[in-house]
Amino acid sequence: MKMLTCKDASHLISERLERPLGFQERWGLRMHLWICVSCRQFVRQLTLMRLALRKLGERAKADAAGAELSPEARERIRKALAERGGHENEHEH
Amino acid sequence: MADNRRVSLAAADPKDVRLKTHPAGEPEQWLDDHGTALYSFALARIRDEHLAEEAVQETLLAALESRERFSGAASVRTWLIGILKHKIMDHFRRASREAPLDDPAGCDDLDEGASDEMFAADGHWRDRMADWGDPQETLERSQFMAILQRCLDALPPRLARLFWLREVMEEDSEIICKELAITPTNLWTMLHRGRLGLRQCLDRNWVGNVTIAARG
Repeated sequence: MKMLTCKDASHLISERLERPLGFQERWGLRMHLWICVSCRQFVRQLTLMRLALRKLGERAKADAAGAELSPEARERIRKALAERGGHENEHEH
Repeated sequence: MADNRRVSLAAADPKDVRLKTHPAGEPEQWLDDHGTALYSFALARIRDEHLAEEAVQETLLAALESRERFSGAASVRTWLIGILKHKIMDHFRRASREAPLDDPAGCDDLDEGASDEMFAADGHWRDRMADWGDPQETLERSQFMAILQRCLDALPPRLARLFWLREVMEEDSEIICKELAITPTNLWTMLHRGRLGLRQCLDRNWVGNVTIAARG
């Protein structure tokens, strides 16, 4: 079997986060990682990145959880709802 | 914001609509009870106050139109969030359409530009892969998180949006593909490219000033 290049391996390392790899792919990647320090490091970096990104997501959600709709926006939406609910057959603009 | 869908409520008189009790309740009440929850959900994902407000409005209007179909099986909150998710995807779809090409190479060739920069002709990494330190420790560093955010913002907009949806908000791949009308292969390629870009940016901005000893 032809040895994978780092470029090929990086694809598989990335894609196995998205889909299960096939038998050949898994085997080829294992062989490559066995001999390639850089790609082993790449695996660690991607893992760390994924964890860090999720942490960023948790933080963004927590930040947004404290956000309130402004009274103006609330009023605007209330009006839009009343308009649509009351004159459903009229043309909008 | 032109929306030419017709409302299909049977009642011509608004009073009839109000008198009739829906299991979903009244729109006014949705805004009071769930407005803030919907807004923060949208804001976390869209990250723009105005656009998040818009998404809430579109959601409630869509809910008003389709409330006959609300079965009562889920809670009103869950039902509304479900609609909002679609509105958020609409937003991402619109954004992709408005700036379809970040790179001159185009969509079919997503991988090549980035790869040439990262890999030598023989397929080996150009950069030496550095050690980013102990994962737990690194994650605790606010500086690392700040650099990560900056690197994320520095990705090409289209890639950054996709990355935000998939990696940060952990949106389901299948949903992303369906809603943005892209193939899984295309999604994987773009995510891979995003990971490479982000990795390179982090490598240049993080390792360089912290774990010099670990580079050997």
